[in-house]
Amino acid sequence: MKFALQINEGPYQHQASDTAYCFAKALLEQGHAIFRVFFYHDGVNNATRFTTPPQDDRHIVNRWAALAEQYELDLVVCVAAAQRRGVVDEGEATRHKKDATNIHPRFRISGLGQLVEAAIQADRLVVFGD
Amino acid sequence: MSETIKKFLYLNRKAPYGTIYAWESLEVVLIGAAFDQEVNLLFMDDGVYQLTKGQDPSGIGMKNFSPTYRTLGDYEVKNIFVDRDSLAARGLTQDDLLQIAWEDLDTDESVENIVTVVDAPRVSALMDAADVVFSF
Repeated sequence: MKFALQINEGPYQHQASDTAYCFAKALLEQGHAIFRVFFYHDGVNNATRFTTPPQDDRHIVNRWAALAEQYELDLVVCVAAAQRRGVVDEGEATRHKKDATNIHPRFRISGLGQLVEAAIQADRLVVFGD
Repeated sequence: MSETIKKFLYLNRKAPYGTIYAWESLEVVLIGAAFDQEVNLLFMDDGVYQLTKGQDPSGIGMKNFSPTYRTLGDYEVKNIFVDRDSLAARGLTQDDLLQIAWEDLDTDESVENIVTVVDAPRVSALMDAADVVFSF
């Protein structure tokens, strides 16, 4: 089955991203497909490569990136939500004259249309958050 | 944009201010209009406050975005449902809610108010009938 996942909460503050990760991993290991993982609301904070948890804790950002690498997942961060929260890629940095970027290279910033498209294309959309 | 027509249900359960969920949910509805899907909105729990009349959040430095709901009829939204039990639990009735008109410019078909208060069995039926539930 083809899934789309939506993650609405930031890392570490909330369980949503962890649960979504475990769900995604289980899906992929069982041979299902994930059309897209869409990060919305504070979920965009799952995409910053500057995240530095204590060494004995899980690294939520790198863990998503590794899963994406292994299964060629499309990890998309909402542009409007990202702008509000200071999640920046090269394009956004240029457009808004920021002096740095902080997005992990395995994620990409795009519009809400990508979420709606994912909901249309996937057999199931699963939302993680409050 | 897409040939598939799905039934979308946007489920709004949170107060309009205090968290950003309500506003960012509305942004999805507005963007999603471009995809020509069948769109329904359902407000329940504190989400019913999103549709109340006379909002003025200026005291907390927030923008009053409730006028945007009144434009939803222009964004392919045909039905807006409000859970009756959630209203009653908060001492509200339909009189406290915005009216949202809908008009089809091609056929001149129009509805004065697309906001409908529904009972729990209808809420269940709406969720059951939806292909996609966006939960905010």
